[in-house]
Amino acid sequence: MTRSREVRLAPLTRVEGLGGVHIRLVDGRAELAEFAIYEPPRFFARLLRGRAVHEVPDIVARICGICPVAYQLTACGALEKALGIEVGPAIHRLRRLLACGEWIQSHALHVHLLHAPDFLGCESCFSFPAEHAGLLERGLRLKALGSRIITVLGGRAVHPVNVAVGGFHRAPSAVAINDLAAELDWGLHAALDTLRIVARFDFPPFEQTYEHVSLRAPVGYPLEDGRIVVSRDGRTMLDIPVEEHDQHFRETELPSSSAPASVLLPGDRPSLSGPLARINHCLDQLPPRSRRAADQSGITWPCRNIFHSIATRAIEIAAACEEGLAIARDCRADLTAARVDYEPRPAEACHATEAPRGLLYHRYRIGADGLIADAAIVPPTGRNQPQIGRDLQALLPGIATRDDATIATACERLIRSYDPCISCAAHFLDVRIDRPSGPGAATEFGSCWQSGR
Amino acid sequence: MPTPPRLAVFKFASCDGCQLQFLDTAEALAKIAAHVDILHFPEVRSLALDGPYDIGLVEGSISAEGDLERAREIRAACRFLVAIGACATAGGIQALRNWQDAAAWPAGLGASPSFVRSLARSTPLGDHVPIDFELRGCPIDAGQLLELLTAVVLGRRPRVPRESVCAECKATGTVCVAVAKGISCLGPVTQAGCGAICPAHDRECYGCYGPAAQPNVVSLTGWYGRRGSSPEDLARLVHSFNAWAPEFRDAGNPGPPPGGSP
Repeated sequence: MTRSREVRLAPLTRVEGLGGVHIRLVDGRAELAEFAIYEPPRFFARLLRGRAVHEVPDIVARICGICPVAYQLTACGALEKALGIEVGPAIHRLRRLLACGEWIQSHALHVHLLHAPDFLGCESCFSFPAEHAGLLERGLRLKALGSRIITVLGGRAVHPVNVAVGGFHRAPSAVAINDLAAELDWGLHAALDTLRIVARFDFPPFEQTYEHVSLRAPVGYPLEDGRIVVSRDGRTMLDIPVEEHDQHFRETELPSSSAPASVLLPGDRPSLSGPLARINHCLDQLPPRSRRAADQSGITWPCRNIFHSIATRAIEIAAACEEGLAIARDCRADLTAARVDYEPRPAEACHATEAPRGLLYHRYRIGADGLIADAAIVPPTGRNQPQIGRDLQALLPGIATRDDATIATACERLIRSYDPCISCAAHFLDVRIDRPSGPGAATEFGSCWQSGR
Repeated sequence: MPTPPRLAVFKFASCDGCQLQFLDTAEALAKIAAHVDILHFPEVRSLALDGPYDIGLVEGSISAEGDLERAREIRAACRFLVAIGACATAGGIQALRNWQDAAAWPAGLGASPSFVRSLARSTPLGDHVPIDFELRGCPIDAGQLLELLTAVVLGRRPRVPRESVCAECKATGTVCVAVAKGISCLGPVTQAGCGAICPAHDRECYGCYGPAAQPNVVSLTGWYGRRGSSPEDLARLVHSFNAWAPEFRDAGNPGPPPGGSP
């Protein structure tokens, strides 16, 4: 007799956005293992059309309240390429510091407040066992440090107002940037303290073979620029300029998800993006103290266990503090020009950065009217979605005989290891409107701003 | 000591940035946690306790099938219900789709994706259930959130400014970008609360706190228009994160919207 049972869990907790898990076990075999995303889409691809170039950083920030800077900097990178402008090294360094601030706040939130409870046997950061009570305070102080960096450069921590195509609206204060140094120095040590704790957590044995995807640049840890690299078992499979992204990745739909999934071509293969992929690719490019800490963490690199990602995030907090500290100390004077001026022109370009959760790709086309004619965004969680499904399949055989609650908890912990940003993933869905062609049929979203319509 | 108010946080279509303001500073969170019982906050804790709740905070806009039902359940479970952020108070930037030919959307949305059926319009919570208070902003301000919770604990009305961003520019000594630099700025018609950070960064206020009390948007954009801004640029300026707020809704239309009046 066939025995079948279903396990459902929704909403997932301690993750950003609305998602769930749906498992169907038949004779102890996982017939279905879905990471379901039911976040309502907000259709940013459509609503960017017809908007002015200078509005794009403000609009794309709203895709994600946790990583708005990554969206802003990726959009700026793509639009600056399209407009043929180069911002120069001084603005570049401040943008890197800004991105470091976002990594610090996003990772600090996930490591200390959202993920650590999984390993400490509690339901949330409000009920840490006494010996780890300091984790909450340290996490919040680190997160406040990241928010302060973003505020100094961007005007406010969530949806910064000072990021502009071409640089900044107003030159950030060099004095305020120098003043970040002391707290960044504390942050580096605090992150290393956290690493010493989280690297010794009890990790489930879960070695998988991944196709890692990350940026890689000649110098520095991957952050705001670089080539796209794909590797498997330590072997480089692909090393391409960002411009070739669409030849090697495509977006597809999953039946249980309101978010498009990005897969590797050929064969629609799943891939892994995020801190684990970055460290496996670029261990040697970590700043020196973070590199030493990674070596001494007790984790063997390259690492193939996604549950270790809490430790990789702690290493990346340290790396962001270490690099941020160098930039803050070296900042000698205010920018002489806050931004490079531009004239909108018809062009198309793409760019990719490393958001806290992984590779973020944007492509824009500027039309003859100087407005955005087309936009495409591939967020990190869209990229990780198929891999999460595959990992669930791999996890289930070992726990299939357990009770429903145990299975649900194990699946939720696996998904949480990815730090999925479900809002990001769902919000860039493009709508396909099926309707007859003919005059007036193709009313594009955003047309209400175009003159005479 | 009376028992602390029981708090719940809910989410609809949004970026999660407003919820994040809870974790803005250790001090703020410590104050909140000391005086309020957080019973339901899935983004931060796994434990979820059923209502009724003394205070419910709702982030996000009503934009998908099933949202309306859930909004009614939340209303019934919360004594004091607060819409937080531009999505919950005005429909958010996703409300730009409300100008699209409404009849064409549900069919198109049904085809892709099948999993979540979006509604033709993205609308604020208050269009569907009675709400007791609004916290504006995209995102909300952590200080205002703390003031709201303090007021609930003390049983008084929250004190949130209703004047325009101009008042904050004056208070912070920021030179008027509209007058001194000729920038078309929404500050005169936008509610205060952000600290006038955009003018302080040499740029226009783009209205993310929504309309101030009794704004005269058409007069302002008319003035900017006579000074040289194009109707299209002004329409885009008024129609962003709070486009569906009634005072911004029609004022942002340069001409009749496609597909008839929304």
